[in-house]
Amino acid sequence: MVRHAVLQLAPEKGQVRRNLARLEAALLELAEDGPQVVVVPEAYPTGYFLQGGVRELALTVDELAEALDDLHRRAWEGPLDLVIGFYEKDEQSGDYFNTAAYFELGGRGLVHRHRKVFLPTYGVFDEERYLSRGHGVRAFDTRFGRAAILICEDFWHSITSTLAALDGAEVIYVPSASPARGFSGPRPANVERWRQLAMSVAAEHGVYVVLASLVGFEAGKGMSGGSLVASPEGRILAQAPVFEEALLVADLDLARIPPVRYDNPMLADLKSGLPILWNDLRRVVEGL
Amino acid sequence: MRKVYGVPGGEVLELDYPAVADYLTRFLEAELAWRGYQKALVAVSGGVDSATTLALAARALGPENVHALALPHAESAPESLEHARMAAGAFGVDLEVIDITPMVEGYAGVRPDLTPYRKGNVKARARMIVLFDLSMAYRALPLGTGNKTERLFGYFTWHGDDAPPINPLGDLYKTQVWGLAEELGVPEAIRKKPPTADLVPGQTDEADLGLSYRRADVILEHYLKGYPDAYIEALGYRPEEIRRVKELVNRTHFKRHLPTVAVVSTTAIHEFYLRPLDFRIELP
Repeated sequence: MVRHAVLQLAPEKGQVRRNLARLEAALLELAEDGPQVVVVPEAYPTGYFLQGGVRELALTVDELAEALDDLHRRAWEGPLDLVIGFYEKDEQSGDYFNTAAYFELGGRGLVHRHRKVFLPTYGVFDEERYLSRGHGVRAFDTRFGRAAILICEDFWHSITSTLAALDGAEVIYVPSASPARGFSGPRPANVERWRQLAMSVAAEHGVYVVLASLVGFEAGKGMSGGSLVASPEGRILAQAPVFEEALLVADLDLARIPPVRYDNPMLADLKSGLPILWNDLRRVVEGL
Repeated sequence: MRKVYGVPGGEVLELDYPAVADYLTRFLEAELAWRGYQKALVAVSGGVDSATTLALAARALGPENVHALALPHAESAPESLEHARMAAGAFGVDLEVIDITPMVEGYAGVRPDLTPYRKGNVKARARMIVLFDLSMAYRALPLGTGNKTERLFGYFTWHGDDAPPINPLGDLYKTQVWGLAEELGVPEAIRKKPPTADLVPGQTDEADLGLSYRRADVILEHYLKGYPDAYIEALGYRPEEIRRVKELVNRTHFKRHLPTVAVVSTTAIHEFYLRPLDFRIELP
């Protein structure tokens, strides 16, 4: 069992120090539950909608690591793994990314960094105007197993989770920021969509999905929350309420993955079948 | 053998009103909080939009933290003030009545050429002056009450009733405001009467606009989503109604923007220099 906690928090726009202090307070509140991995939503230190303000507020990964180390020393005893979304400034190139990083605080430090590949630039979104795309999806080893990170729209394209699963991920972490829209049902349409996606991805590949979704209003846009954990057979193990801050605690039993995959061997079938489709996949991609 | 027929898909204007009410309540709480306000101010006209806004404000902040203002003019329909009192009473909010006649007539006295139409705009802007002045006096944030239909049609007085900084109803069509009003318990007399700006004696919105809200909202939703006219006609709407909707929307885009500024630099505000309105940084 690996105990996870999702911190469904509402950041204050641009208030990085205050938001990190809030994160610290949330960790103190969680101490009695003893999570081993904590997952924080997309763009948490700053808020999501920054437009050109990204360049005033983006952090280098080292700056974030230092702040998190300090926070960890003050608030936590023993090692703690933490997945967090943030706007990243690349120190060398000066480029800006929508990034999520996996830190082993009190241990190896930065373990993996995923830069968002699919930058939504339609409707209410305008990411590619301000940010550069990441160029890859890969799984990585944590002290508990193998994992991957996808950020928000990355996860809405089933090919990214397919890649992550083929690369060995047992857990997919998904920091997101999803403005509510579509109120014809009791839950916003985007929240329903997230639920369906998480359940179907988890069940297709026999992976755990941990969604950490931002809350709070950003100039009229209500970040919807509804963070969740889905099991390898596609059941929702825990779901946070919409629109309000919440701490979601769930145990991930990685030992269940092999038997669940044995019963529903979609990933094994994909590994066998994908080479058959490879030529067509290449043909279609090259024709784009 | 059983035959099963599918339901055709389509655009849905009907909303889950309890969910919308909850969302807009949270919107008001959050948007006041980061601006540093605990209280709100609502100009209550006696119509359904402001009554609904008042209901949401009372829910979000508690009735004791909401100021309702009725701002009648001598030419206003007496029913408007009655309904403003009814709305305030329904949601437990104290109503303050300030007669704008002296303000408006003071100006009318120096411009004898003032037409009823222009005077209507002066009334709306006089109300804006009172609203913003009392906002400062009471340290209460003015709430906008305009709905999406009238915003799209430009059916408001520019820098008048569109001036308040936050607006819970601005993305709801008029027909959706009616649904929300019922959910929130806005009295039937207010919900069921013909909508009117009450700026010129005897006017109604639907006569001014030349079409009914129920029909306009369906046309708007399809037009905004890019459906071609032929598709909308096939839903049962007449070409002249569709044309009227498009005409109203397209002659009023300017009213939904800040004033036009001549761009001369690469730091022109809102053109090159782009920041969301809630943007702020921590200073050392």
